[in-house]
Amino acid sequence: MSHDAEIATSRKGKALEWLLHSPLALPLVGLIVVSILMGFASDNFFTLANILNVLRQVSVVGILAVGMTFVILTGGIDLSVGAVMALAGTIAAGLMVNMGLPGGLGLAAALLVGLGLGLVNGALVAWGRMPAIIVTLAMMGIARGLGLIYSGGYPISGLPGWVSWFGIGRIGVVPVPVIIMLVIYALAWVLLQRTPFGRHVYAIGGNETAARLSGVRTGRVKLAVFAISGLTASLAAIVLTGRLMSGQPNAGVGFELDAIAAVVLGGTAIAGGRGLILGTLIGAILLGVLNNGLNLMGINPYMQDVIKGLIILLAIYIGREWR
Amino acid sequence: MLELRGIRKSFGRIEVLHGVDLHVRAGEVHALLGENGAGKSTLMKIVSGIIQPSSGTILIDGQERSFPTYDDAIQAGIGIVFQEFSLIPYLTAVENMFLAREIRNGLGLLDRRAMRERARQILKRLEVDIPLDIPIARLSVAEQQFVEIAKALSLDARILVLDEPTATLTPSETAHLFKVMRELRAAGVALVFISHHLDEIFEICDRITVLRDGEYVGDCDVAQVDTDSLVEMMVGRRIENSFPPKPTPDPDAATVLQVSRLQLRRGGPISAFDLRAGEILGFAGLVGSGRTETVLSMLGEYGAASCQLAIDGVPTRLRDAADALAQGIGLLPESRKEQGLITEFSILQNISLNNYGKYAQGHWFIDFRKERDCTRTAMQQVRVKAQGPHARVDTLSGGNQQKVVIARWLNHDMRVLIFDEPTRGIDVGAKAEIYQLMRDFTAQGYAIIMISSELPEVIGMSDRVCVFRQGGIVATVEGDAITSERIMTHATTGKVDHVA
Repeated sequence: MSHDAEIATSRKGKALEWLLHSPLALPLVGLIVVSILMGFASDNFFTLANILNVLRQVSVVGILAVGMTFVILTGGIDLSVGAVMALAGTIAAGLMVNMGLPGGLGLAAALLVGLGLGLVNGALVAWGRMPAIIVTLAMMGIARGLGLIYSGGYPISGLPGWVSWFGIGRIGVVPVPVIIMLVIYALAWVLLQRTPFGRHVYAIGGNETAARLSGVRTGRVKLAVFAISGLTASLAAIVLTGRLMSGQPNAGVGFELDAIAAVVLGGTAIAGGRGLILGTLIGAILLGVLNNGLNLMGINPYMQDVIKGLIILLAIYIGREWR
Repeated sequence: MLELRGIRKSFGRIEVLHGVDLHVRAGEVHALLGENGAGKSTLMKIVSGIIQPSSGTILIDGQERSFPTYDDAIQAGIGIVFQEFSLIPYLTAVENMFLAREIRNGLGLLDRRAMRERARQILKRLEVDIPLDIPIARLSVAEQQFVEIAKALSLDARILVLDEPTATLTPSETAHLFKVMRELRAAGVALVFISHHLDEIFEICDRITVLRDGEYVGDCDVAQVDTDSLVEMMVGRRIENSFPPKPTPDPDAATVLQVSRLQLRRGGPISAFDLRAGEILGFAGLVGSGRTETVLSMLGEYGAASCQLAIDGVPTRLRDAADALAQGIGLLPESRKEQGLITEFSILQNISLNNYGKYAQGHWFIDFRKERDCTRTAMQQVRVKAQGPHARVDTLSGGNQQKVVIARWLNHDMRVLIFDEPTRGIDVGAKAEIYQLMRDFTAQGYAIIMISSELPEVIGMSDRVCVFRQGGIVATVEGDAITSERIMTHATTGKVDHVA
């Protein structure tokens, strides 16, 4: 065998190896397959405008799913992200419109709300020793209720015009929310793959007792992942508020489930310890492509939910058989 | 009534029972005796059909029988009360006793009155008064045990096995259990009693069968033996040469760690010990005697009633293992898979788990080159045999996995290493290497606490030995006094001072 051929086969072997072993392979194959199907179903699917549109639609859930990935990697879950996002957006809008606060401070307030509630979740889970699913379920109700109390149940509109830049602005042809989302993913990748903190996140999901007994401060790490989840919820709130140009206390109902679906479709183990942030991005886009394609095909929205549910089940089943 | 002949059992290629005999007669209490890991529990699992023997015969009333399942054994009149109860904590005593054998009425619904009546009769026979309508979880351990016994009797058990029933009982509860056992004996039930406490054996048993390392040592009447001869039957005369030579103790060695008062449970015994630089302090005792809980308490990882310790003479309180690491104390836990390793991580990631402070550039990013180099060095130091630092730890042998856990601590400024069962599940060659490593560490000035359930290991490695029994240290021996007879005697019959 010639040298070149050897390199070629080893490269081919590497590609095959990657396909068989990388946790990203399966989500990526899924995304490609679904995209091709959608391309057949609708002529408009593979246009630049539509693809950018899909990414823009994905951005809110995509951002929520970043924080969710951190939490799920430690073996936890955060059901409160949709409600926290709504509360953060409502408070930011209220401060700007009703209190006349400068817009920058309003957005900072949104971030503080998300971070603060995330820290409360984390403290209750890490030091209160309560199950994450219960803590964040309660927080979901509390945050939703607080938003409705604060706004009286009505959307708060009349925001300064520049806020819309976060939701519908563009840099060149690329929508601003897409750029925000990609920057957040890049930061998350650095945190997870390049820092000790990221390694500790995986370690806790892999074996919390072992991590703890070897001297990892597991409580702090768990606190941090919920804080990150709260923070990404409030970043999503800024994008959403910019798109809607109002603070909507009823926004984001059920978004926590979409975020979880994105994480799981992206190949992250629901029990923690295994998964990649890039997988979550693929998972979120996959969900967006499904939504978009089913809309383009003109399928009844109720039916769309059923189809999405079935596809998630199928994906998990294949993912399990794959390994 | 029950007779076993030449029972052998292998797991994979390892034979754990090498032809064991057991002969239990009706109306006797028969003790099954042996060290941790001698094969008692395995033998009882064979009797109850939970696992199958590789060869050998089981006879009941002289007839050869085999039990493919637990249910078959129950049908044959065998009842077992396991160390860990098989009761459902949220169900009541009655519901537990009739689980999967519920009495039904004509409509196919539960006949609660009939079950309650039957339960009451059985418990009355045992002369125990147990509330029938509250969840088992709210009963005391002793009461739960009686429910287990009652359950076995409700199945008409004629052969009753009690696997270490007294391990968690108070003396008065034990006395009551013995009373019940005597009544059952008088009623013609054959009882097999597993216990490590020799004084109990002399109190309640009629005959004894001794196992050692899966071998049948012999059987005898209780009246014919004394403590010394029993201990000798249990430990035998074993010589192991794989231990590195012990250095002469340095009388001036500084005390690194001093535990002045450690009480695991309120009302339980109080332990105290100190640890000197350069020594290996063995923690010997039976399984469940409180050794692991004691070291976890020191690290703040177990809720002891009280724990006072001083490091280099300075009173200190450690809140968790991270605090302990900051003070130079590291633990190599008992179970590598459950407490030691992140099995999905590579060797490198496992070793560097608590080392990132050293590999992080500006405390933020991992310096991958430095991480790899340090890992390589650490792997060489403890001689991990693997493809490279990126191999997954779950592909390694037990010995190499243990070395990975050890390597994790080498990059720190450590003073105390605590090895909990350092060679469990490790082959002989790797054992010798780990022993040598431990001696290398002490030569460098580390102090080591070694918890071990293997007597030869305790004797071969320890400079001093603390013997545990029932939650506290009952004796500390050193030098030539470290003998298996001495340790076993303390571990099984030591007198504990109970202080409130």
